[in-house]
Amino acid sequence: MKISEIAKILDAQILVSNSNIDSRIKYGFASDLMSDVLTLDEEEIILITGLCNIQTIRTAEMANINCLLIVRNKQASEEMIELAIENDMIILQCEYSLFRTVGILYENGLRPVY
Amino acid sequence: MHNEFKVVEGDFANAGKASSDIKKTLKQLNIDNQKIKKIVVAVYEAEVNAIAHAYGGTIFVDLDQEKIAVVIKDVGPGIPDLDKAMTKGFSTASAKVREMGFGAGMGLPNIKNNVDVLEIKTEVGVGTEIKMVVNFLS
Repeated sequence: MKISEIAKILDAQILVSNSNIDSRIKYGFASDLMSDVLTLDEEEIILITGLCNIQTIRTAEMANINCLLIVRNKQASEEMIELAIENDMIILQCEYSLFRTVGILYENGLRPVY
Repeated sequence: MHNEFKVVEGDFANAGKASSDIKKTLKQLNIDNQKIKKIVVAVYEAEVNAIAHAYGGTIFVDLDQEKIAVVIKDVGPGIPDLDKAMTKGFSTASAKVREMGFGAGMGLPNIKNNVDVLEIKTEVGVGTEIKMVVNFLS
C-alpha cells in the first residue's frame, strides 16, 4: 500500500514527508511500547502509535523504520519533527483511535508483521 | 576508533544520541545494515536503561574493522538481582520511563538478543558495567 493511500483513507495529515510519499509499505505494526518495536526484523513497515514523544522518533531511527503514523490527534513537537526530517522519515497524524486506525488499514489490505 | 559519551540521570530528551552517533559512523564506514541495527538497538536500550535507572555514567565505544565494542559504565545504584533483570517482563521502571515508551521489562533481553557478546558486572551501591560486542565478520 502506498503511504499516500494510507494518508487518504485515514484522512491523515502529512506532517513530514522528505521521503517519497508514494513509496510502498508492506506491513503495519501498532504499539505504544518502544521495546516491542525494537524487536522487529522487518523494516518496510509503518509504525502506528499513540506514543508521541522524541523517543518515538529515536526508536524508529534505530529500527530503520521510516514511516510513522501518530493516532488520536496527538501533536508532534518541533523537536520530533526536526529529528524526523534529519532521518528522512515520513510522519502522518490522524484523529482516529489506534484500534480504529488499525482496523481501517487491515480492511484495506495492509498486512501485519506477525 | 574510540569515542565517549556522557549519560546523565533522568535526561530522557537525550536518550539515543550515542546510538544515533554510532549509527551514522557505521553507515559512513559501509558496515552491513543488519549489523548496524543490532548494535544500535542494543546500545539504545542500554542508554535508556542507564538514564532511567543509574545516577549517571559514561559510554565507551571502540571500533575496528572486525567488531564494535560498547561499554556503558554507571556509578550506581547497581542491579540487586541480575537474573530477575534479565527476565522478560520484569521491570522496576518509574512512571516517567513508561511514559517514554519503555519500562516493560524488555530492555536487557532485547540487548542480549542483538549482540554477540554481553557481559554485565554489577554491584549494589557501586554501579553496573555492561559490555556489548557485535562482530562484523561472523
